Amino acid sequence: MSTPDRPTEAKTREDDDEFARKAGIDLSAEAQHTTPAAPATGAAMASPIFKLEDVGVQYGGVPAVEKVSFELIEREITAFIGPSGCGKSTLIRCLNRMNDLVPSATVTGKVMYGDQDLYADDIDPVQVRKVIGMVFQKPNPFPKTIYENIAFGPRVLGMKGNMDEIVEGALRKAALWDEVKDRLKTNAFGMSGGQQQRLCIARCLAIEPSVILMDEPCSALDPISTAAIEDLMIDLKERYSIVIVTHNMQQAARVSDKTAFFNVAKVEEGKRVGNLVEFAPTDKIFTNPEDERTKEYVTGKFG
Amino acid sequence: MEGSHFAVSNPGAQGPRLQRARTRRSTGEQIIKGLLALAALLSVLTTTGIVVTLIKETITFFGDVPIGDFLFKTDWAPLAGGEQQAFGVVPLIWSTLYLTAVGLVVAIPAGLGVGIYLAEYASPRVRKILKPVVELLAGIPTIVFGYFALTFFTPNVIQDWIGIGVDVFNGLSAGIILGILVLPTIASVSEDAMSAVPQSLREGAFGLGAAKWQVVLRVVFPAALSGIVAALVLGASRAIGETVVILVAAGNNPNLTFDLTVAHQNMAAFIANTARADVSAGSIAYETIFAVGTTLFVMTLVLNLIAIRFVRKYRQVYE
Amino acid sequence: MSATAAEAQIARRTVERAASGERWRDAAFRFALLLCLFVAVLFLGALLVDTFVDGVGILSWDFITSFPSRLRPEESGIQSAFIGTLWLMALCAIFIVPVGIASAVYLEEYADRDRWWNRAIEVNIQNLASVPSVVYGILGLAFIVRGPIDVFGLGKGQPTLLAGALTLGLLVLPVVIIVSREAIRAVPPSIREGSLALGATQWQTIWKQVLPGALPGIATGVILALSRAIGETAPLILVGAAAFQRFNPELDGPFSALPIQIFNNVGEPEAIFRDLAAATIIVLLAILLLMNSVAIYLRNRYESKW
Repeated sequence: MSTPDRPTEAKTREDDDEFARKAGIDLSAEAQHTTPAAPATGAAMASPIFKLEDVGVQYGGVPAVEKVSFELIEREITAFIGPSGCGKSTLIRCLNRMNDLVPSATVTGKVMYGDQDLYADDIDPVQVRKVIGMVFQKPNPFPKTIYENIAFGPRVLGMKGNMDEIVEGALRKAALWDEVKDRLKTNAFGMSGGQQQRLCIARCLAIEPSVILMDEPCSALDPISTAAIEDLMIDLKERYSIVIVTHNMQQAARVSDKTAFFNVAKVEEGKRVGNLVEFAPTDKIFTNPEDERTKEYVTGKFG
Repeated sequence: MEGSHFAVSNPGAQGPRLQRARTRRSTGEQIIKGLLALAALLSVLTTTGIVVTLIKETITFFGDVPIGDFLFKTDWAPLAGGEQQAFGVVPLIWSTLYLTAVGLVVAIPAGLGVGIYLAEYASPRVRKILKPVVELLAGIPTIVFGYFALTFFTPNVIQDWIGIGVDVFNGLSAGIILGILVLPTIASVSEDAMSAVPQSLREGAFGLGAAKWQVVLRVVFPAALSGIVAALVLGASRAIGETVVILVAAGNNPNLTFDLTVAHQNMAAFIANTARADVSAGSIAYETIFAVGTTLFVMTLVLNLIAIRFVRKYRQVYE
Repeated sequence: MSATAAEAQIARRTVERAASGERWRDAAFRFALLLCLFVAVLFLGALLVDTFVDGVGILSWDFITSFPSRLRPEESGIQSAFIGTLWLMALCAIFIVPVGIASAVYLEEYADRDRWWNRAIEVNIQNLASVPSVVYGILGLAFIVRGPIDVFGLGKGQPTLLAGALTLGLLVLPVVIIVSREAIRAVPPSIREGSLALGATQWQTIWKQVLPGALPGIATGVILALSRAIGETAPLILVGAAAFQRFNPELDGPFSALPIQIFNNVGEPEAIFRDLAAATIIVLLAILLLMNSVAIYLRNRYESKW
């Protein structure tokens, strides 16, 4: 397991090409996102927002993922990649205690959010989710109007303030305002898949979390919607810490600062457990990974 | 897909020739289809029978009693002799609706509570025990409820323990027991509706930091609303048409009053009661059965059609 | 892009302690739900216990084999009612099984869903399932007992066992049709396709493949429908079932049944009749319990997992 590095310095043009070639990225001007400038306030002090120590999850006693330890830095995008069944979805759900909803799930190890132990006895999962939000694989808007979808969170959480402003603010942050500002009172199901997913993101933003967890947010969407959401992620990174699970390696290479590669190991006959293989800055994972299995995965030898 | 087989038209073909089989087989299939259709038609005949029977005698009835008197007068004494006989159905409809309302006051919150609990809170183990219990309650014959209301609930619970001075035959006891009777209907239909709400909606709400009761009341319940309305309407329909509980425990005549300590009677109980009394066919008293029967049939028909529409609505949303 | 870089020092939110009000509200809601559950279970329990306590003292073999008596309640029994109920069950079954299954087969396998009349039949059946039982009683009285069809046991103007059974049959027929349809629908299309592809006709497919596969579900549905039928009182009152009948019923003669016997016992003022009613209820509930157990057993044992 590698320790997380500092965000890398700007690369030369050649490094770019090499990196792009190895990761299969299209470097033409249209496809490339403009990289955001480093934060002006002396970036060196980006602090860890999550610290996992030896975290494992079992379903009914059967381990699904084990021995995961890493640190996630604030206001970065971290990607979890790996073949199916490696436990990346299971793990991301530990970060906001969504696994609590599954009666047979047990979480071991320590999940620290800042200096708070998320699984301490006196921590209420409901409170956790107000601060650590989640967007799901299939867009799941409520069968209500667009306005009501966004307003639900703030209302239920008892947030004070002008609801119209809160709704508009959230929709603007999710780059959806212009498209829907004239039909806020129409049913959310009337929107396209990509719009619905951005609505779910806006809904999440409305409760003002610090972290946004995304569990394969684009896998149910077409490429154009996917690109729009990836753009959005990079914008959101300025204010929020983002963790994204994706089975699309190119997506991870495009948007994330750090990448965690998970793999499935065969523990004994018939039993498969997921574990963390390598955790490093994204370009290192894709250009020069330390572990052989990582290399095989990112070059497409299996998956 | 009907069965007729066709001959191959190519005389020089190598393969075996298919037989032209418009033989008994095909006719046999048609006959079978006809017989089956006839069976299905019986249901139409039943409805026709009901409607014709009701309407025929109701028309005769309104030959003797002006329809205005029936619908709007408040004197109801169809079995009385001579001068006393009166056919204003208002008290009967009032008692019917009033008893139903009392029943629903009990059945709706309790039924929805049980339904919500079963759908959203009960673990699989608990569900395994509870669902049969609800089904058990649903399967108990109504006469048993009537017995319970008259011989236990009225004397022991209402008169003794709670201490309300009610008559032996009273609307309060009958209404409450009516509610318990209807509770399983509301519970199981609303539970169905809520279980049909996809888990992704709940996850979305939980992911926003909502507490469980908020997820249930503000997301799942509204999402299942059309099914829940169907449950309530079906419950109301059941309560309106219930005969034996009212007949046994509520008394022999309707009362145009809010007082629940006195006797009440609903349309169904009136029909049953009148049929027991030796009324000669063709007398006006006999025909009252049909007039009231038509009223009851129309009311429940309207409610059932509404319920069917709502059921269809909630089934569509998730399919 | 980097315009918001200056805001980089956004304070990270901490996980707060739950406001005490929130935890309380969750618990209160859950408690309210449990209360509803408690009420339902309480009534069920009270009902069963009260009936049992009232009636168990009278239960005996003599009770089942004696005939009911209004004049000498201490010797009153339920034989005529008991036999009557069994007869009603049997006759009802003979009626609803072929007609119900045939209707269900027609609607599921043959009827063209686009035709308006087929859709009308469907709505009609759904509606009939919710018509109050007393209306079926009216139909039984006016159309079957006093009706135009003058045939063995019917239309004589007198209540007969056959008329009663037919009325009950019409009452529960919609239930049988609806349940049978579901059971037939549960048989996967691939079974039908396989059979047809081998050259079987539609009816052969239904008779040899679909119905056998749907049979457990249909059987369960029929048993449940019959349970409902023999528990009904109102239609039998309308049709004219007898009270305190001192002889066993015949097909074209007067008849009694357990629910009617209970009803009539409840109507008598003396306390002993209350106990007689309770004992009769126990017998009726025992029969229903037996039938439902058989239905559940059948369902669990033979339910095909497609």
